[in-house]
Amino acid sequence: MGNQALPRPRLTGPRPITGREVKAGPKSRSSLLIHTSSGELADRTFRFAMLLCAATVLGLLVLIVYELVVHSQLSWRTFGWSFFVGHNWDPVQEQFGAMPFIYGTLVSSLLALILSVPLAIGVAVFTTEMCPKWLRGPLSFTTELLAAIPSVIYGLWAIFVLVPLLRLYVQPFLARTLGWTGLFEGPPYGIGMLAAGIVLAIMIVPIISSITREVLTAVPQHQREGVFALGATRWEMIRIGVLRNARAGIVGGVILGLGRALGETMAVTMVIGNRPEIARSLFAPGYTMASVIANEFSEATGDVYLSALVEIGLALFLVTIIVNALARLMVWSVTRGQPARAHV
Amino acid sequence: MSERCTTSAAHASVLRISLRRRATDHLATFVAVLTVVLVLLPLVAIFTYLVYRGVGSINWAFLTQTPKPVGEPGGGMANAIGGSVVILAIASLLGVPVGIGAGIYLSEYGRNRFGDLIRFTSDVLNGVPSIVIGIVAYSLVVLRQRHFSALAGGVALAIMMVPTITRTTEEMLLLVPQAIREAAYGLGLPRWRTTLSITLRTATSGVITGVMLAFARVAGETAPLLFTAFGNQYWNMNVNQPTAALPLQIFTYAISPFDEWHRQAWAGALVLIILIVGAVTAVRIAVRQGSFAGAN
Repeated sequence: MGNQALPRPRLTGPRPITGREVKAGPKSRSSLLIHTSSGELADRTFRFAMLLCAATVLGLLVLIVYELVVHSQLSWRTFGWSFFVGHNWDPVQEQFGAMPFIYGTLVSSLLALILSVPLAIGVAVFTTEMCPKWLRGPLSFTTELLAAIPSVIYGLWAIFVLVPLLRLYVQPFLARTLGWTGLFEGPPYGIGMLAAGIVLAIMIVPIISSITREVLTAVPQHQREGVFALGATRWEMIRIGVLRNARAGIVGGVILGLGRALGETMAVTMVIGNRPEIARSLFAPGYTMASVIANEFSEATGDVYLSALVEIGLALFLVTIIVNALARLMVWSVTRGQPARAHV
Repeated sequence: MSERCTTSAAHASVLRISLRRRATDHLATFVAVLTVVLVLLPLVAIFTYLVYRGVGSINWAFLTQTPKPVGEPGGGMANAIGGSVVILAIASLLGVPVGIGAGIYLSEYGRNRFGDLIRFTSDVLNGVPSIVIGIVAYSLVVLRQRHFSALAGGVALAIMMVPTITRTTEEMLLLVPQAIREAAYGLGLPRWRTTLSITLRTATSGVITGVMLAFARVAGETAPLLFTAFGNQYWNMNVNQPTAALPLQIFTYAISPFDEWHRQAWAGALVLIILIVGAVTAVRIAVRQGSFAGAN
């Protein structure tokens, strides 16, 4: 067939050949029915246009990587690896070390995970295994609603409601009871790492719980019946029959939540205090990778400064991509491929 | 249903279940209920506060006037609401056709390695932090134009819309039974016509759902607008000039030290959430009554 059509090699860089096999069937069908070359031309044009759209998606990702790499070159060449371990962030002297931001991002996200994972799993277990059927729909709708609230509104609420609450009640209490750990000491500003962790936790609960719910639903019904038949109570059934089977998927959901927490910007920026320091106490203000970009990017004077901020963006981008890919693989292993189930 | 039967069967043999195990079971139920309460608490708190602080601050001036200088009472966010509309319109114009096109490619032609690559790419793109997208839009548009603009903000949001729309469109088109396509071929329709007038048409409400969800997601985005649209205290309808946006204005006002601005931030937040929740709920209702349920 005249498939040596000129445009093909040019437009699909990665896989120019595979398209041909797919095309052969329907095309030959339509050319059998209507012997007009114009119909074929239209088909080919349409396919080309759709392919262009799909290629745009790929192009966007390539473009993101390209722009980040190009614009961070200057900083990379100036500081090298020491950029990621340096503690000093001094725009005036043009000395840039990203360690305080990396630390802030990691600690706030971990704090968020510690707070949100038990809650999210509890909610998912309740909605799939315990709650009456009529409550299931409204409950999942409500948690979805939590995910639809924009980050800036979480921040607004945190500034005016959560932070005063922390300052007046929660932090003095924590300092009195757990102050000896060193994690909860210093003046209770309200604003700081703890506030950022709590806001992030509220924000990622819906993500983790909706993935967990999906995974729990994917556990076959006969697993539950089997465990019940052995005389288990409902909780034992959930623990042995459901949670154990869904483990990998739940971990996937948690990692997906982590990915979201790492890249979250506005709400964190509004409550974390924005000070590039590493402190042991969770009461102390901190700074994250995303919030330093948000705060300083539009005011960055000087090429090195801007380049350093882009390099932080590149690092953030790489970390979230790895985290997300990992999460998808783990969720997929439970909801589609089912390897680890037979032995239970 | 079978679940309920087995539950009662388990209770029938209650004599053989020790007290400790039964207590653990009740404790687990209690803890699960407690987590639900703890998760719903912030939601209730946020909405209560939004309504409580916002309703008192929304008035005609808020919706029709531009911001007053610091210290003067009154003024509003009309320019920010207008700016948001412009930026979202640009984003939708750029993002929706590309997203739907890519979705069509994936479902109709994408059973190959290139299709898998695109699927993976769009999942990855979905997870890119919005602030990073902002950097990219900055270097693509702002650096070339040499000033902030609504266009740059629109480009940033468009990039964020594409992956969501692509994947939902693909999913919805795959729900359309193959037999419907074959019927159209049987009538002599060319493939492109079948895709557009039959397949896409059948899945319309599902595709619209995806578009609306993507729209709702970017409507509240602030981070990518910080150094693209930048914000503006005055009316501006020129897409090549810095433009105010509702989420940006809320952010600026929230971190300011002025009570009057805090009040307006709450009002702006209420307007924003009404827009977003309104869109999401409308979509839910449309889906429940939707025609694409038949194609499932």
